[in-house]
Amino acid sequence: MRYIEHDAVVKRMNSRMVVNKVFKGFFIFATSLALLALVILLYRIVTQGAGHLSIDFLTNFASRFPEKAGIKAALIGSIWLMAVVAPTSIILGVGSAVYLEEYAKKSRLTTFIQTNIANLAGVPSVVFGLLGLTIFVRTLSLGNSILAAGFTMSLLILPVIIVAAQEAIRSVPKELRDASYGMGATKWQTIVKIILPAAIPGVLTGSILALSRAIGETAPLIVIGIPVIIQFLPKGVMDTFTALPMQIYDWSSRPQQEFQMVAAAGIIILMAFLIIMNSIAVAIRNKYDKRY
Amino acid sequence: MGTSVQDLIAQSKGKKNKRFIEKLIPVILFLIASVSVLTTIGIIMTLIVETITFFTKVSVTDFLFGTTWLPFSNKQELYGIWPLIVGTLKVTLIAVIVAVPIGISAAIYLSEYASERVRRIIKPILEVLAGIPTIVYGFFALTFVTPLLQTFFPEVKIFNAISPGIVVGIMIIPMIASLSEDAMSSVPKHIREGALALGSTKFEVAIKVILPAAVSGIVASVVLAVSRAIGETMIVSLAGGSTPKFDGTFTDSIQTMTAYIVQVSKGDAGYGTTIYYSIYAVGFTLFIFTMLMNILAQYVSKRFREEY
Repeated sequence: MRYIEHDAVVKRMNSRMVVNKVFKGFFIFATSLALLALVILLYRIVTQGAGHLSIDFLTNFASRFPEKAGIKAALIGSIWLMAVVAPTSIILGVGSAVYLEEYAKKSRLTTFIQTNIANLAGVPSVVFGLLGLTIFVRTLSLGNSILAAGFTMSLLILPVIIVAAQEAIRSVPKELRDASYGMGATKWQTIVKIILPAAIPGVLTGSILALSRAIGETAPLIVIGIPVIIQFLPKGVMDTFTALPMQIYDWSSRPQQEFQMVAAAGIIILMAFLIIMNSIAVAIRNKYDKRY
Repeated sequence: MGTSVQDLIAQSKGKKNKRFIEKLIPVILFLIASVSVLTTIGIIMTLIVETITFFTKVSVTDFLFGTTWLPFSNKQELYGIWPLIVGTLKVTLIAVIVAVPIGISAAIYLSEYASERVRRIIKPILEVLAGIPTIVYGFFALTFVTPLLQTFFPEVKIFNAISPGIVVGIMIIPMIASLSEDAMSSVPKHIREGALALGSTKFEVAIKVILPAAVSGIVASVVLAVSRAIGETMIVSLAGGSTPKFDGTFTDSIQTMTAYIVQVSKGDAGYGTTIYYSIYAVGFTLFIFTMLMNILAQYVSKRFREEY
């Protein structure tokens, strides 16, 4: 007596194997579609923009004529912006993380702060622009200055930095902490001399990634009224300025075909910034990855 | 040497300013940590106060139930929010149609099929896709996707809902893929191996065992991605147009809530005009939409989580 009909089983197995193969193919296809999109996007931008890249492009101010249009004001403006955003957001972010990880007791208030940080990360950037417009531009009368834009951007990326810094602090081994207390160090001494130095790689990596988000953000800058056409360089943080994404937005939205090439060239500069920042982040991560 | 260890300890304990610093630091750090809470309060207060000012000029019912958005008209200004909501939903719908199948397929491939080596190559590439500034995506939509659509479908206008929808979809793929992959990878190995040992194919394991077990994480990832799509600004500003419409066509120029805020901001609607306040009312509506999505995502991932 046969309990298993061999042919029937083989037949059934075959169809199941075919389904498995077909879907495996489909999943691979879908994944490669996403990768393909990235390849096309980068290819288009490089082929469109490379022709316009030159030293003149870097050293000229914006112009009505596409062939004369340069990115100087935007490039310097973005660097000024980062000079405000980096210290502000890192001090606020790391300070908050140290408080939450080292000092805060498990209370309702702490849970509330933590949930609030998660929710803040989900607020659209354009809404942060509205906050900046009301609080920094109008109420504190900073106008459309580097400082107003810098503070707005700092608040925008604050949740990302806090979460990254918290993870970095949490991953410092308990033994280091205990050893420090054992030597008679106070809490603050332990934080400053032991925990923060050990957490710095993680903090830096997270902060650089957050800053690279800030450098590409456009919407908040438009909302707080950052101008595009600027023929001078800012001299201080109270001056107005323009930034790379603003300039790219302006060029992209012009009807003339030539300005699209200029926009693509601007995007190459912006992407170069991002690549440099990300490489630094990856380098830091790799260098300090397995210290403990 | 007259100082013993005990003396040193006593001396150090006696230092007043050191003790003062130890007391002061937590207070300072608490104030820093409260900046994030103040930011939320600031956002909500700003939106509420300016929206109330807006409602002294435009009636609440006109805003909530009106189906015409005509703020720049010089005859009769109309502020019915629905055309902007419909524009936003059109883009979001297309983005979801593009991103959900691709994102979840990529997650299944990475979590169930791909070797460790392949995964280590593909995941960083997806991260790159997630790190590209939205202005770059907007440029891509306007200068590549729209012309491409027009060669196949001549009825598509230069500004439309499809092109930004597709590109917003591309933008949120990494979010869905990586969060869903996390959810699938965290399904314990023994469950997967148990199913394989019973003779299931990898596909059957993925669909009948892993997907149901990871469903809360997957749904949460999609909801978060939808929230991101609703709040996306630059892609829709560049490629979507500025014609608020209350209809069902996808091939014509539209306007989303975010694109309206940008349009007003870059124009010179003076401080104190109705148009100036209208961006806060629209921003508030947008904020409520995204907040609800974020809360829903948190609820789904907590409520329906399978514990092992």
